[in-house]
Amino acid sequence: MLPDHTHQIVACCQLNFPSITFDINLTLSSKGTTVIFGRSGCGKTTLLRFLAGLERPPLSRLIFKGTVWQDESRRIFVPLSQRSIGYVFQDPRLFPHLSVRSNLLYGYTRTAPEHRHITPDRVIDLLQLRPYLDRRPTHLSGGEQQRVAIGRALLTTPHLLLMDEPLSSLDLQRKQEVLPFLKRLNRELGIPLIYVTHALEEVLQLADQVVVLKEGTVRANGTVQEVFSELGLRHVLPDQHIGAVLDTQIADHDQEFGLTRLEFSGGRLHIPRLHRPVGDHIRVQLLAKDVSIVTGERPFLTSVLNVLPATVLEIGPIDPDRPFVDIKLDIGAPLLATITRKSLSSLHLQPGNQVYAQIKAVAFSHELNPWPALL
Amino acid sequence: MPNLDLAPLWLTLQLATVTVIVLLIVGTPLAWWLAFTSSRIRTAVEAIVAIPIVLPPTVLGFYLLIVLGPHGFIGGPWKELSGSALSFTFTGLVIASTLYSLPFVVQPLHGAFESLGKTHLEAAWALGASKLDAFFTVAVPMTLRGFLTAIVLGFAHTLGEFGVVLMVGGNIPGQTKVLSIAIYDHVEVLEYSQAHTLSAGLLTFSFLVLLTVYTINRRLPIRVS
Repeated sequence: MLPDHTHQIVACCQLNFPSITFDINLTLSSKGTTVIFGRSGCGKTTLLRFLAGLERPPLSRLIFKGTVWQDESRRIFVPLSQRSIGYVFQDPRLFPHLSVRSNLLYGYTRTAPEHRHITPDRVIDLLQLRPYLDRRPTHLSGGEQQRVAIGRALLTTPHLLLMDEPLSSLDLQRKQEVLPFLKRLNRELGIPLIYVTHALEEVLQLADQVVVLKEGTVRANGTVQEVFSELGLRHVLPDQHIGAVLDTQIADHDQEFGLTRLEFSGGRLHIPRLHRPVGDHIRVQLLAKDVSIVTGERPFLTSVLNVLPATVLEIGPIDPDRPFVDIKLDIGAPLLATITRKSLSSLHLQPGNQVYAQIKAVAFSHELNPWPALL
Repeated sequence: MPNLDLAPLWLTLQLATVTVIVLLIVGTPLAWWLAFTSSRIRTAVEAIVAIPIVLPPTVLGFYLLIVLGPHGFIGGPWKELSGSALSFTFTGLVIASTLYSLPFVVQPLHGAFESLGKTHLEAAWALGASKLDAFFTVAVPMTLRGFLTAIVLGFAHTLGEFGVVLMVGGNIPGQTKVLSIAIYDHVEVLEYSQAHTLSAGLLTFSFLVLLTVYTINRRLPIRVS
C-alpha cells in the first residue's frame, strides 16, 4: 500500500540531455517553502518545469496531494492551465500588448470567482504596483516587471507557487523588500512555495525545506537545519557555504558592549548588536570554518564569546589531500566544525566525546550583504 | 471612358479577399505546426509549402487543371456531388490561388510564431488560459505584424496572378476573368487606353494598400517579429 501522500508532492522523472542525465526521485512537502538549490545547469529549472507540466519525459510520475498530475506510463497528463500553479519565471514574461493592470488581471479573470481568495487591491498594495497600473510593461524596470509577474501569479490564488530565481533581476534593496514579502505570503495565504535559486542567502531566508541538486540528481533533501548540518554537503557546496543553520530569537541587547543575545534550542549566542527588536526570529548560519573545538575543563581563557558545551556526533571522512576534517557536533542543535586533521589527532576526538565549541563569527540570513559571492 | 468593364476588378478583389480568408484559416495552423513541431517531416512540409515560389505558374496551373477537372482526383468527386467540375469556376480559382499564395502567408506567420517562441504562452497557460485562449489573447496580438504581412502578401500575390488563373480558370467574364487577364485581353486587341486605366488602377491600388499596411505596421506597439 502506498504511504499517505495527501500533503506531499511526489515527483519521479528521468530525462537525458546531451550534457547531463536528469534523474529525480523526490518527495516534497506541500506546505511551507521548499527551496531548490544548486549551481547553474544542475537541473533546477528542469525540475520546476516538470512540476508545471512543461516537460513530459516518457519516464515520469507526479502526484500532487494525492492527485496524479502526470503518469506517462498510464497516459495521465494534467496540462499546466488546469494544475492551478502560479509560475514566476526567471524573466518576467509580461504580455507586452497589455497594460500592467490587464497583465495582473489576466489570470484573475480566468479563475473561478469562488476560488479567488486574493484580491487585486491587496496584491497591488503589497507589491506597490499602484503607480504603474496604466503603463505598458515595456516601460517598467526589470524589478518592477518581476513584481508584476509575481502579482499576476498570486491573483490566480494558486494551489502551488513555483518561482524560478525570481529575484535575480532585482537589485539588493528590492530583494530585501520582496523576500520578507514572499515569506509572509507563504505564512498568511498558506500557498506552498517551491523556489529555485543559486543564492545561499535566499535559501537561508526563505526555506523550510531544502533540496540540493547537483548534476541532475538530488544530493540532499530535508529541513534547512538537517541539510546544512550534513557532512556530505562538503562535496556539493563550495567551502564558504558549509555551516549549520540555527533558528534563533533575539533575547536582549547589551547596550554597554554593543552586543545582542540570541536564544536557540541549545542555549544562547552573543553577536554584534543587531538593530532589530527583542523577540524577532533570526536565522543564522554558523560557518564551519569559524567553529573550533576545545576539550578539557571549563573555565578556560578565551577571547571568543560563544563557548557552548557540545557532544561529538560524527567525524567526517578523512581526505588525505586535505589538511582539514569536518566534525558534526550537537549543541542542542546540530553544528559543524572544520578543524585540521592534526588537531583531530592531538585531541583524540571520538563520537560521544564531551567538548566545547567556540564560535567566532555568525552570519545572518536577513543580511544579504555578507554573501556577495554567489555559487 | 467608354467600354471599360469593371467586372474583372470586382472579381479580382473578391478572389483575393476569399483567398486570403481561406489562407488564414489553413495557413495559421500550418505555420504554427511548422514553428513548434519537432516532427521529422517538418522540413519536407516546409519545402512543399515553398514550391509555388519557384515553380512556373503555368506548371502549377497545368497540374491543377488536371486535378480539378471533371476527371481529376478532386474535380471528379466534386462533379459527382455538385454537378460540375472545378476547373473554369470561381471555386476552382480560389483553390488554385490558395495553393499558389500559400507560402506568402505561411512563411511570415511561421517566422512570427518562431520568434514569439513559447515563453509567453507558457506564462499564459500558467495563468489558467487554455491553449486556444492563449493563442488568441497572447500569440495573435503579439504577432500582429506577422499576420499583417501575411495578409498583404497573400492578397497582393493573388491580385497579380496570371498564369495559374489562365490555366485553371480560363477567361470567362464575370466568373474567372480577373484583372490581369482583362488587361492582357485589352492589349491583345490593341485597346491600350483601357489597358492603361486598369493597369494604372491596379498599380495605384497596390501602392495604397502597401502604404497603409507599412504605416500601420510601423505604429504597432508590439515588435516581436
